[in-house]
Amino acid sequence: MTLLKVEKIKKQYIHKDGIVDALNNINIEINNGDFITITGASGSGKTTLLLALAGLIRITHGQITFKDKRLDSASDKVLADFRNKHVGFVMQNFALIPYLTAIQNVMIPLSLSKISIKKQKTRAEAVLEIVGLENRQNHLPKELSAGQQQRIAIARALINRPSIILADEPTGNLDPALSIDILDSFKDISEKQGITILMVTHSPQAAEFGNRKIKLSDGKIVN
Amino acid sequence: MNLLQLIWLELSHRKSQLISALIAITLGIGVIVGIKTITVFSERAVAIKLDNLGANILVLPQGAGMDDYYTADIDAPTIPEEYVETILTSTLSGVDNLSPKLTRRVTVNNRKIVLTGILPASEIASKPLWQNAGLFGNDIKASCAPSNDANKSHGYEDEKLQRKTVDTLSTNDCLLGFLAAKKLNVTESDRIEISGTTLNIKKILPETGTVDDDRIFAHLKTTQTILGIDNQISAIEIMGCCNAISDGLLSKLRNILPDTRITTIGQIVSTQIETNQMMDKLSLIFLIIILFVGGISIGNYMWANVNERKKEIGILRMIGAPKKYIYKLLLIKSAVLGIIGGILGYVLGTISGIYLGPVFAQIEVQPVYIYLLYSVLIAIGISIVGSIIPATMAAKIEPFSNMQEV
Repeated sequence: MTLLKVEKIKKQYIHKDGIVDALNNINIEINNGDFITITGASGSGKTTLLLALAGLIRITHGQITFKDKRLDSASDKVLADFRNKHVGFVMQNFALIPYLTAIQNVMIPLSLSKISIKKQKTRAEAVLEIVGLENRQNHLPKELSAGQQQRIAIARALINRPSIILADEPTGNLDPALSIDILDSFKDISEKQGITILMVTHSPQAAEFGNRKIKLSDGKIVN
Repeated sequence: MNLLQLIWLELSHRKSQLISALIAITLGIGVIVGIKTITVFSERAVAIKLDNLGANILVLPQGAGMDDYYTADIDAPTIPEEYVETILTSTLSGVDNLSPKLTRRVTVNNRKIVLTGILPASEIASKPLWQNAGLFGNDIKASCAPSNDANKSHGYEDEKLQRKTVDTLSTNDCLLGFLAAKKLNVTESDRIEISGTTLNIKKILPETGTVDDDRIFAHLKTTQTILGIDNQISAIEIMGCCNAISDGLLSKLRNILPDTRITTIGQIVSTQIETNQMMDKLSLIFLIIILFVGGISIGNYMWANVNERKKEIGILRMIGAPKKYIYKLLLIKSAVLGIIGGILGYVLGTISGIYLGPVFAQIEVQPVYIYLLYSVLIAIGISIVGSIIPATMAAKIEPFSNMQEV
């Protein structure tokens, strides 16, 4: 079943040397449970595509549809709600709030949905158990290793039971062993929970974990 | 986790920033609370002292001038005595005492002298200088000042206000001003005859340095009989609260007594009003300075805080926080700072006032509890206004900083 449909999207930036096409005529159909890896050289438009799919930037042309709902013309409020309820994010720099403990970081997306603190805690404990960090819930990010911090980020991405996880270089700051560990987790999440994963990566090895591979060059899909 | 918890955790995380922001707002509020507290008690002290100067409003017959009031010519116009009752039943606020008077020049022992008819209790209340003579009257009520009990509790124990004296002036008795007694060459317990009426000299008043020194004071009814002017008076002296005068007491009096001339004893009233206005202006100037400096300090702190937290705010925006949430986050945080700063500022200002009041203004100062509410409200207001621009800036932060490339 089609989850996200991207049709002929373009994203142009105005640069002092002229107009730059960050994304140029992209068409993708993303289905439930897909684990899609996006590769490409720096500046090829990988992250721009991720931003566009998350509703974090406005595209210049084209159409993005999520479960038959248009995202490209939706209001900021609708897009924020879409990200909160349907999207999980995992970033290379972990994107954790430094003064919140592991469990508090995980609970944050739920706090935006006005879910009771008790329910927030129960669900956060459950996802921390999934990523194997139930014993580290009261630790601050600085008290955790890089791998553990990324697992906290994955737990935060999972807490809202999202339809899709957008991962931007999630293994960029991890050593090879930890990277494989995290990528295995993504594969597991995709296969067992049916959550769609879109992962931007530089690494050809990491790209191999996906069941679909997209390569971008100069804002265009090249395979 | 809720919004308030998130704010509190952030504030606790950046303790040094929190302390520096609180110092700015606490000092600001502290200064204004200290000044206002001292000013309030200083105003009360000044009000008591100014009220001791006596009456400050005159109700005169239409067309009469101050000359008529002081010279007391034989043909000087009069007004009906019932006007006193008109004022008393009008429930005008700020009229603390009335003293109807009938004044005429008479001949005593072949000397021309001014006879003034008075109603004792009210006359004594509006003439605090007479208290030293140990005469009649009840406890004096000072018009703008707190009651005697309040005075005691505030440390304004003025012996003039506490003295108990004789409260009646018989219709056969009179009082002589210091110079009048000399002029007539009489002493206490002597008798004088005015137009066939004999009066006992009850007291010789101490020298006051005013026109009263050269007058004979008799009961109003006796004076009216002697002069053959029943139920008429020359003037009503009023002790009006200075604040009420500045709030339009004169025009209200003119409304209920349209055929009279209402005037103030300028120097007293202007001194009272000017003193109060000066204090109010001083407080206002400080308030404006504090609002300006406090607002800029908080704004500066919030601006720096937003810049430092760009990444965090970006994370919140990325995971679905709408712009309104970020705006709310910053403004509630500034309100929390305002509440804490307001309370601390009130405590600091009150303690400063209590210690500095006796040193700089020679007055005893006590906490003014309503200022706690004002302090918190002003501090919240300053914080929120100072935070509007940084909060707007924060709400516009996009979460791109969390991405690898754009």
